[in-house]
Amino acid sequence: MSIRIDGQKCIGCGRCRQVCPGNLLCEAENKVTEIRYPKDCWGCTSCIKECEYNAIHYFLGADIGGKGSMLHTSREGSLLHWIVTSPDHSRKVITIDQRQANAY
Amino acid sequence: MRLAVNRLKTDILIIGGGTAGCFAAITIAEQGNGKVVIAEKAGIRRSGCLAAGVNALNAYIVPGRTPETYLDYVKNDSEGLIRDDLVFTIAQRLNAVTKKMENMGLVIQKNAKGEYVSRGTRNIKINGENMKPLLADAVAKQENITVLNRVNMIDYIIKDAKVIGAYGFSLDTNTFYVITAKAVICTTGGAAGLYRPNNPGFSRHKMWYSPFNTGAGYAMGIRAGAEMTTFEMRFIALRCKDTIAPTGTISQGLGAPQVNNVGENYERQYGTKTAIRLYSTILQNKTGKGPCYLQTAGITDEQVNELYRAYLNMAPAQTLRWLENGKGPGNEDVEIEGTEPYIVGGHTGSGYWVDTSRATTIEGLYAAGDVAGGSPQKYVTGCFAEGEIAALAAIEYIRDKKCQLPSEQAVQEKLIEVNYFLGDKAALYTAEDIEEAMQKTMDDYAGGIASGYTFNEKKLQVAKNRIKELMELSKQLTAQDLHQLLHIYEVLDRLYVCKVLIHHLEARKETRWHSFQENADYPDKDDENWLVFVNSRLENGEVKMILRDLVKRDDHYEH
Repeated sequence: MSIRIDGQKCIGCGRCRQVCPGNLLCEAENKVTEIRYPKDCWGCTSCIKECEYNAIHYFLGADIGGKGSMLHTSREGSLLHWIVTSPDHSRKVITIDQRQANAY
Repeated sequence: MRLAVNRLKTDILIIGGGTAGCFAAITIAEQGNGKVVIAEKAGIRRSGCLAAGVNALNAYIVPGRTPETYLDYVKNDSEGLIRDDLVFTIAQRLNAVTKKMENMGLVIQKNAKGEYVSRGTRNIKINGENMKPLLADAVAKQENITVLNRVNMIDYIIKDAKVIGAYGFSLDTNTFYVITAKAVICTTGGAAGLYRPNNPGFSRHKMWYSPFNTGAGYAMGIRAGAEMTTFEMRFIALRCKDTIAPTGTISQGLGAPQVNNVGENYERQYGTKTAIRLYSTILQNKTGKGPCYLQTAGITDEQVNELYRAYLNMAPAQTLRWLENGKGPGNEDVEIEGTEPYIVGGHTGSGYWVDTSRATTIEGLYAAGDVAGGSPQKYVTGCFAEGEIAALAAIEYIRDKKCQLPSEQAVQEKLIEVNYFLGDKAALYTAEDIEEAMQKTMDDYAGGIASGYTFNEKKLQVAKNRIKELMELSKQLTAQDLHQLLHIYEVLDRLYVCKVLIHHLEARKETRWHSFQENADYPDKDDENWLVFVNSRLENGEVKMILRDLVKRDDHYEH
């Protein structure tokens, strides 16, 4: 259970560092953000929702059945798009209108 | 590296900016009664239990129900051992705090008449993904609230047997905080990471309760000599296998039954009390009828898509798992398992022993939310309600009080203690080593997953001795930076909670809540002798046990 940060996309704005509930993200020497303790990630995806540059992706550890797919989000007004990219680069998108309650 | 002192003064200090803490702060600011400081070890925008969001509001008085019926439900579910006064005062406020949260921007589903749509008899439907950002925005609007993000509090400041503030340190600068206040409200949440988790490897933090809730509030109270209650009523959640995502969305929301490996609905045999839904699953596995599932295969595509959305709003791992497997809950049933045990007063009765106003047994200190005991099934709205009650009591308390300052000697002694960990000593073990040893001990000898949640007197003695040894070893830990210093204090706090927990497990000589408290030496419930609270207090390093009677609904309990 953890995240991967793309050092090419990260601009080092630090917004993700402010929201990680475990204080796990820090500034690397080249000013981009890195996850210091990947095994300590809870999987809350707070950092992913905060990142406007799609630099952070979330994945399931192999020990809990992960198969290499990556999850990230993109925001459009009240819509939150959740995007799953498979290892073969195929994508699935689920869009949630945050003005609507859950059905269950 | 050495820390340097920074002194701050406020009227009310709130430790922990989660659900209860933020709500307490907003309450005080709205009443216009003085300055508030929230000290939060992460950032309040996403800290605490609600970082990923929450699926529904599970404590609400729906039409046709009353606070009295809510009290009856909690009492029945907890086998009679609750503080009626605490549960009832929460129940009376549930709907008002929900309305207040809606005014802050929470989306709640309504019908054509504008009434909230209920899910079952106590729940309402929401979009709770952004609960914490909404609370953080509401806090930011209040001029009288100062938020100290990334500051970890470690101990209360005590003077003349009163709490007059707390010590802590920054995670960003080499600062040792001495924060003095007329009153302190503890809202740090409960404790995860005491036992070896379901996924001990790479995904060790893929747990139900926040792995960053390390029992700091309990530990600070224990060290200060506050009375604690009902630690033996551990909470063990029934969760989706591997992802440890909640099951209520499927079982209560969708109405899916629990079935064993031959498709038998075993819930009917045992009943649906919270502990029993877990216990029955453990029994099925013991008798070779596992794995167990929530029966979802065959649900409609529409239902599947709604489940995908619901889980993204609180536990995204589960939706990711379904999508990357190429098989969703419509194709196959959802496997379930029990988690490692947690200590969490929002679900069970563990925490500070408080009076009806939420004052702890130490003057000047109040508690609310998961850290406060005696009132199970608080959930999110109950934590709001309790935050509000504690805030109002603290406002009343500080009316004629002045800030007191600790002696310079007391401050320097505490600073030396913290700086000692930052010294250049050669340490054999790391905080992580100690934590793993603690989790293994608790798992094997204090009723963890490996032992089917069952313990006995002999095993508890082994656990007791090993935790004592680990507490000694932890004195030699060293930190190279502030994050490592945080890890040291987290493992110290967990060890204190384990120490007290073991004494509580030992003290209750019956089995009141299957799996939560499964005492192999005393396998039956004994109402005649044990319908009493098991409380404790640390005195000169020893855990002293105290038995206390039930409190009636309309009593105003005072210490």
